[in-house]
Amino acid sequence: MRHIISLLMENEAGALSRVAGLFSARGYNIESLTVAATEDPTLSRMTIVTSGSEAVIEQIIKQLNKLIDVVKVLDLNDGKFIERELMLVKVKATGAFREEMKRMCDIFRGRIIDVADGSFTIELTGSGNKLDAFIESLDKAAILETVRTGASGIGRGDRILKV
Amino acid sequence: MEQSSKQFTGAEILVRCLHEENVEFVFGYPGGAVLNIYDAIFHQDKFKHILVRHEQAAIHAADAFSRSTGKVGVALVTSGPGATNAITGIATAYMDSIPMVIISGQVPTYAIGEDAFQECDTVGITRPCVKHNFLVKDVKDIAATMKKAFYVANSGRPGPVLVDIPKDITAHLHAFEYPETVQLRSYNPVTKGHLGQIKKALKLLAEAKRPMVYSGGGVVLGDASEYLIKLVQALNVPITSTLMGLGGYPASDKNFLGMLGMHGTYEANMAMQECDVLLAVGSRFDDRVIGNTEHFLSNPRTIIHIDIDPSSISKRVKIDVPIVGDVKSVLADMLDLIAAEKPVQNTVALADWFKQINEWRSKKCLSYAQSTEFIKPQYVIQKLHEVTKGDAFVTSDVGQHQMWAAQYYPFDKPRRWINSGGLGTMGVGLPYAMGVQFAHPDAQVACVTGEGSIQMNIQELSTCLQYNLPIKVILLNNRYLGMVRQWQEFFYENRYAESYMESLPDFVKLAEAYGHVGMRIENPSDVEGALAEAFSPKLKDRFVFMNFLTDQKENVFPMIPGGKGLSEMILAENL
Repeated sequence: MRHIISLLMENEAGALSRVAGLFSARGYNIESLTVAATEDPTLSRMTIVTSGSEAVIEQIIKQLNKLIDVVKVLDLNDGKFIERELMLVKVKATGAFREEMKRMCDIFRGRIIDVADGSFTIELTGSGNKLDAFIESLDKAAILETVRTGASGIGRGDRILKV
Repeated sequence: MEQSSKQFTGAEILVRCLHEENVEFVFGYPGGAVLNIYDAIFHQDKFKHILVRHEQAAIHAADAFSRSTGKVGVALVTSGPGATNAITGIATAYMDSIPMVIISGQVPTYAIGEDAFQECDTVGITRPCVKHNFLVKDVKDIAATMKKAFYVANSGRPGPVLVDIPKDITAHLHAFEYPETVQLRSYNPVTKGHLGQIKKALKLLAEAKRPMVYSGGGVVLGDASEYLIKLVQALNVPITSTLMGLGGYPASDKNFLGMLGMHGTYEANMAMQECDVLLAVGSRFDDRVIGNTEHFLSNPRTIIHIDIDPSSISKRVKIDVPIVGDVKSVLADMLDLIAAEKPVQNTVALADWFKQINEWRSKKCLSYAQSTEFIKPQYVIQKLHEVTKGDAFVTSDVGQHQMWAAQYYPFDKPRRWINSGGLGTMGVGLPYAMGVQFAHPDAQVACVTGEGSIQMNIQELSTCLQYNLPIKVILLNNRYLGMVRQWQEFFYENRYAESYMESLPDFVKLAEAYGHVGMRIENPSDVEGALAEAFSPKLKDRFVFMNFLTDQKENVFPMIPGGKGLSEMILAENL
C-alpha cells in the first residue's frame, strides 16, 4: 500500500543522504521525496511517498526513527491528511491548440505562468492523481516538458508534526 | 570570554577530549592529514597510542578492546586510503553493535571536493556502516562533536561513530571546554521497558509448558549476564545462546543447551523449534540462527522479545510481546516482579519438557570420531579449554575453526568470546587478540584461527613484537578454506573450486622471522603437551604461533543446510 511519511530532521549537511541511503540500502521503494527547511531553520521537513506491506512500512518508520538526525516521524496514513503536489507542464500552444490548452488549464484549475509564441507553461497543484489525470487528458504530442515536485503532505485539523 | 581563556590547536583539543573520556588506548596509523593530531599525541602520555601495521587492524583491535571491556574503543586513521582501509573494521563493529569512536583525518576544508591527494568522501563511504558520523568543519565544534560521538556510540543500541576532521581544523586555535552533558533532541534511546508488557511476559513464561530462553549479544553488550542467570534460575527454564551471546549464560550450567543455529547443538535447535513460549533477550532472529523462517514459524509459539532497538523487533519474525528497553533494566524489573508475585509454574509440564530435552541431549551431537593419525580440530579446542582452565579470552577468525571454538570451548563468563558474528570478517582474529591483550595484559589470550584467515592480517605479527603481546595463536591448519570446502562437499558435489590453500608459508619460520616462538604440531599425541608448553610459565611472556596440522576432511556438525529449518539438521556420520 502507498504511504506518505512525514519527518522532521536536523537541517544538516548529509541529512538527506542518510534517508536516501537508508531506503536504497534496505531495498525500500521511494515514489517521491521532497525536502526543505521549515520555519525553524534548524529543522528540515521531508515528505516521502513509499509503498510496501504493513510490516515493511513498520520497519521503514522504525529505521527512520533510528537515524540520529531524525527528530520525529509520522505516517500520515495513520489518520486524515491532505496531499498536494506541484507540476509545471510546458505544452505546445499554436493555432487552435492555444485555445484548447487554455480551456484544459481552466478545467483543472491550473494557471498559465509563461506564455511564448509556440508554448504555454502551466502550473498545476493537487493530489498526484489529479496531476496524472491532467497529463492523461492532454494530447501526448502537445506535451513538451513536465516537472513534478513529488507530494507534500500535512495532517488534517489537530494532527500536527512539530518539535 | 574566549580571549581570556587559553587557546589550543584543534589537534590539542581533540587529544584533550580523549583525556576527558578517559581513553586508555588509541589504535592507529599516521598519515598526512593527521600529522597535527599525532604531534599533539606526542606531547601527552595519558593514553597510549598503538601503532598497527594496517588500518583495518587498528579498527579490529579497538573493537576487541571494547568487546572485552565494555568501554568505547578508539581508533585513529588518516584520510583517503587510511579511511578506506578502516571500512571492513567499521562494518564489522557495526554489524555486532560495538561502541567505538573512529577519528579520521580529512584533507583541508578548502581542498574538499577538489580530488585532493588522499581525499575521499569518508562520511559518505562510511554512512551505511556507522551508527552515526560527523564532519567537523570548525575548530569550535570539535569538543561538542567528540562528546556527542562518545555518547551516541555507547548509548541505546551501541555502534561505531566516525568523526572526520579536516587537517586545517586541527591547526586552528580555540579555547577548550568539554561539555559536561549532551542533549540531542533527535536521539533519546529508551531504557526502561514497559511494565505492563513485562508483567504479560512473565505470566506467559510462568504458565508455559515448554518455555525457552534464547539469549544473544545484547546480553553481553548490556552487561546483563548476572540478571539473566538469576531469571533462568528463578524460573528453572532451558536456555540457549547465539554465537554472539556465548558466555552471557554459563555454558557449564545444567540449564544451558549450547549454542543454537546453523551449527548449534541438536538439543538447542530442537528445543527452539518445539517450545511454546520463547523469551528472546538481546537477540535478533538472524538467518543463521533460526534457519528457514517459514519452517520456524510452522510450529506456533508465543514470542516475547526484549531488545533496546525497536527496529530489531518484528523485523524477521512477528513478535507477540515486544519489550523495548535496556536488557539489564528489563530483566531486573522481571526479577522484582517474580519476587513480588511468586508466579506459580506448571511444574509437571516443565518436568516433561526437561525429560524431552534430555532425550535430545542424549544424542551427544558434539561427539566426534577421535583419531590417532590426524589431529582433530575439535580435540585441539577441547585441550585448549583444559589447559587454560576455561578462563582464557578466545578470539577467532571466521570459518570452521570459529564454529569449533564456539562449540568446544564452553564459556562461563561474558566478554571472553571475541569474534565477528554479523559480518563474518576473516582476518579479525589476530588484531582482536591484540585489542584484548592490551585491555587485559595479564590474561591468557588465545587466537583460534585458520590458515586462510590468519593470512588476512598476518602483518600484525610485527605489532605483537613491538608491544610484546604474549598472545597464543592456535592455527587449525587443514590446508583448505574449510567452511568453503565443506559447502562444496555437501552442495557442489565435491567440486573444490579455489578452496585449497596452496603455497602456504612455513608458519614456524614466519613466526620466528617476526621474533616470536613457532611450533608445528602434527601428531594427536603432541597436542596437549604443546598447548601446555605454550601456556607454561616459560612462554608466559612470549607470543607463540602454534601451527596444528589438522584433519583435512573434518566438517562442522550439526549443520542446518541453507534454506532448511531448525529441526532439519545434518548430524555427524558417527551419530
